[in-house]
Amino acid sequence: MTQPTQYQEINDLLLKNKHYKEGFFTKTLVETFDKGLNESVVRAISAKKNEPQWMLDFRLKAFAHWQKMREPHWAKAEYTPLDYQDYSYYSAPECSSCSQACDKAPDGKDHSQPMMDPEVAKAFASLGVPINDDGEANIAVDAIFDSVSVSTTKREDLAKLGIIFCSFSEAVQEYPELVQQYLGTVVPYHDNFFAALNSAVASDGTFVYIPPNVRCPIDLSTYFRINEAKTGQFERTIVIADKGSYVSYLEGCSAPVRDTYQLHAAVVEVIVHEDAEVKYSTVQNWYPGDDDCQGGILNFVTKRGICEGRNAKLSWTQAETGSAITWKYPSCILKGDNSIGEFYSVALTNRRQQADTGTKMIHIGKNTRSTIISKGLSAGRSDNTYRGLVKILPSAEGARNFTQCDSMLIGDQCGAHTFPYIEVENPTAQIEHEATTSRIGEDQLFYCQQRGISEQDAISMIVNGFCKEVFKELPLEFAQEAEELLAISLEGSVG
Amino acid sequence: MLLDIKNLHAQVEEMAILKGINLQVNAGEVHAIMGPNGSGKSTLSNVLAGREDYEVTEGSVLYDNEDLLEMDAEERARKGVFLAFQYPVEIPGVSNKLFLQTALNAIRETRGETPLDMFDFDQLALQKMKALEMSPTMLERSVNVGFSGGEKKRNDIFQMAMLEPKLCILDETDSGLDIDALRIVAEGVNALRSPERSFIVVTHYQRLLDYIKPDFVHVLYKGRIIKSGGFELAHELEEKGYDHLIQPYQEA
Repeated sequence: MTQPTQYQEINDLLLKNKHYKEGFFTKTLVETFDKGLNESVVRAISAKKNEPQWMLDFRLKAFAHWQKMREPHWAKAEYTPLDYQDYSYYSAPECSSCSQACDKAPDGKDHSQPMMDPEVAKAFASLGVPINDDGEANIAVDAIFDSVSVSTTKREDLAKLGIIFCSFSEAVQEYPELVQQYLGTVVPYHDNFFAALNSAVASDGTFVYIPPNVRCPIDLSTYFRINEAKTGQFERTIVIADKGSYVSYLEGCSAPVRDTYQLHAAVVEVIVHEDAEVKYSTVQNWYPGDDDCQGGILNFVTKRGICEGRNAKLSWTQAETGSAITWKYPSCILKGDNSIGEFYSVALTNRRQQADTGTKMIHIGKNTRSTIISKGLSAGRSDNTYRGLVKILPSAEGARNFTQCDSMLIGDQCGAHTFPYIEVENPTAQIEHEATTSRIGEDQLFYCQQRGISEQDAISMIVNGFCKEVFKELPLEFAQEAEELLAISLEGSVG
Repeated sequence: MLLDIKNLHAQVEEMAILKGINLQVNAGEVHAIMGPNGSGKSTLSNVLAGREDYEVTEGSVLYDNEDLLEMDAEERARKGVFLAFQYPVEIPGVSNKLFLQTALNAIRETRGETPLDMFDFDQLALQKMKALEMSPTMLERSVNVGFSGGEKKRNDIFQMAMLEPKLCILDETDSGLDIDALRIVAEGVNALRSPERSFIVVTHYQRLLDYIKPDFVHVLYKGRIIKSGGFELAHELEEKGYDHLIQPYQEA
């Protein structure tokens, strides 16, 4: 049922989409499952990865449940129901360049670095992702190409500290107890339609475990690259910070220019124990599609973390600039007393992009605190929605939340929407909510231009100023990338 | 001649505001434009600065022997046209330093000069700020955010000092200023006067002019200049008001 395919040239498409510089694609021999989804496909994925029975059982249970679920359409984003039989659920680069037949290791992953397809390596190099273990980069990277993790750097350095940083498939093989202990505990397989689908067909992802009282000395990151056409990407990421530990985790994403929608339905679970802290940052630059957002990525992602112990802290920071549709609510379950949840978000939509994003802060423990800062930017004919829930349970004595949602409109054909839900079941809770909507001022633009600043520079200055509160939460290099992305994504949006 | 305005007509949202302005400004001269509210003073400032909502329907403006009306706002600024705003605009999250350094280097590029780095910029800025009695911490604050009216106007004059324009247009810079702020702003303007630099000072009141002492005073009414004279005209207006001048032009 698998076949190696050669890609066709799509240069004409690329020309039409010059603003998306990550839109190139990589020609490589791939092993791709035929389109379609049924129980035997789920079994085949599991077999391909040589998974233990418990993992297969998890997949089958999820698949059975998914079949009974309906695709959600409540978000303020319109899309025609997807034909799930028209996607392929597994795609991996083959080692076509190896002289001898280099069969995959039993765990379904290439361990030795030289086995990486040079074309794939080239792709990551052009994306600026440091996948070589040259010892220079102060960041460790797990590079995921379509359905598989192709390289994980710095593993040995990290292993000395007891830190586990590997692909999800590898974790299933080598740390089955840890995976079984945490898989599906924060996002159960039946949580929602896309989480169930992910649980059934999860391709790969990243697994991070920080042992007690270890402060991870470098940033850990995953770079997701969708390359193959009509392939869904369903990565599963688990980050565990044991007692008193700290980690900063980053993820970046991009995909080639295509003319049909591509599906990305990831699940991320974060577990933060007592006195531990996790900073989770995302710069999402999936291909948004052409000017009408045809062919862009459908980014239907479930991200959730739990502050399990006292004084645990989880901080989500996201800069969302890509995708045709974004449907994403990184959330915090604040179970431990005094635990802290934070959500900092910049979501930019242009052309006909639609974003429905926000967060959920579930306060369970005493004196739990949460902060939500959301900056939505709409340009072109796009729609940008903030949707957030702050829930204070009866047990959450003294809980506090501060929410600030600011929207900025660029042009007069776009929309900004805010849906804040607040449920308070404890009278000692304090909740503050602030929301503003502004139009990027003609006055501001004229003021800048009258001082000799070009319109593009002025827009990017004003927009970055608007987003500053969020960008300062991103690691430095990421913040720069996010600023540049905003500038590129906004090109031609005014005048 | 630096600026030559001939028979300038302009409208805003289909409403004619300027109805035939003629004005010549030579290098080094200071011209005051006075007039009652609604006479078109701010429109003239904005048209000269190149604001898009203002449509020129007739006439011509030559600036430094080039057609000013052919240039967009940014190009005019880069060629030395500066407008001090009646209401300087706030830009949250953008520091004065970033804003002004970007502006200055864009203008320096047009002049064929090398960009100033952070250190050179700071040095220059601190020196100019001192003259305007501004606190150095202002550089790190967001553009005009949380500034008092006086601070905003002073910030505009500071920008003017930094950008060293050839033609400075002050659009009611004196409005909303207390007497100390007025003095500082006026001193800032006077410090910039030079044989190469010209000023158009738009104002409703005489008090700014007492400090700046213009070479010429023009009275604008219903979109036309109805009287021109020397500095003494400003005094006459202060004594007698506008009424005796505008009476012949009032419609029955």
